[in-house]
Amino acid sequence: MGLEAEIPVLTTTVEKMVQWARRSSIWPVTFGLACCAIEMMAMSCSRYDIARFGAEVFRGSPRQSDLMIVAGRLSRKMAPALRRIYDQMPEPKWVISMGACASIGGVFDNYAIVQGVDQVVPVDVYVPGCPPRPESLIYGIVQLQRKIAQQKLA
Amino acid sequence: MDSDALIASLQQAIPGVHCEPAPSVDLHATVYVSRDDLPAVAPALKHHPDLQFGLLAELTAVDFWPREPRYEVVYVLVSLARRARLRMKVRLNADDAHVATVSEVWPAANWLEREVWDLFGIAFDRHPDPRRLLMPEDWDGYPLRKDYPVQIRKHANASEPLQVTQEEFRRNVERDRLTRT
Repeated sequence: MGLEAEIPVLTTTVEKMVQWARRSSIWPVTFGLACCAIEMMAMSCSRYDIARFGAEVFRGSPRQSDLMIVAGRLSRKMAPALRRIYDQMPEPKWVISMGACASIGGVFDNYAIVQGVDQVVPVDVYVPGCPPRPESLIYGIVQLQRKIAQQKLA
Repeated sequence: MDSDALIASLQQAIPGVHCEPAPSVDLHATVYVSRDDLPAVAPALKHHPDLQFGLLAELTAVDFWPREPRYEVVYVLVSLARRARLRMKVRLNADDAHVATVSEVWPAANWLEREVWDLFGIAFDRHPDPRRLLMPEDWDGYPLRKDYPVQIRKHANASEPLQVTQEEFRRNVERDRLTRT
């Protein structure tokens, strides 16, 4: 963006404008699976305050959401429901795999738990931890913002 | 009431019933009942004035593989009127793992028997709704059996199998409404 000296106008490209708008208002869908969801809620509350990054509006409907934070272990029976919620979100959409269980199965190395949600939905950012602290998840969202800033429109 | 007194009143209620006391660490009255006697024993336990076990608190199973008889179905019964508890066990062989349902006597048994069927593969004869409860409908095998592998490298299913047709769903809702009123 360049600020002209005399005229009070900002000039930019459409692409940069869209990238800026998208990354500044990532609305996550309200979707907590297990104990990681507690840290996710802590992240959205006033102490850690994800509103500083424009991602504080947890929507109750996938139709209004841009981001799905898979917070917790995903059981095989829950996998179709998770996929359905992901399919209901409008494009463009992103997924954060939060914690060890969502990323690789974690301690639940058994028949009932999906060993990584990337088998079910495409994942953009993996956040390690068991559970990750709210700072880690905020870092994950900032990483996602960097990724969105590089996404081309065409 | 200890196991012996309980067995005495059971045998008085149903002549010819065969049951024996079982070892119990926690001093709960525990009896073994044979599978063939269960359809007669269950209503007697609930309705006989000396027993009155009106509440089925728990129904589960234990797998003693490779011992034979392999399974034990455990019924934990509570009598609120008499403030007594009873643990009743039914032993089943591995090649013949089925037992009569008690869901007509204690309606709470419906889902508990479905859970035991789902996880142990023990069939309940004449069960009103013999579907899986916890695992997906199209699941293969019975996970809580001792010879079941814990770690399965199997791809996750991202789509849901259709459990009931629309007509079946409407019929179930209608039947549910009839039984509630």
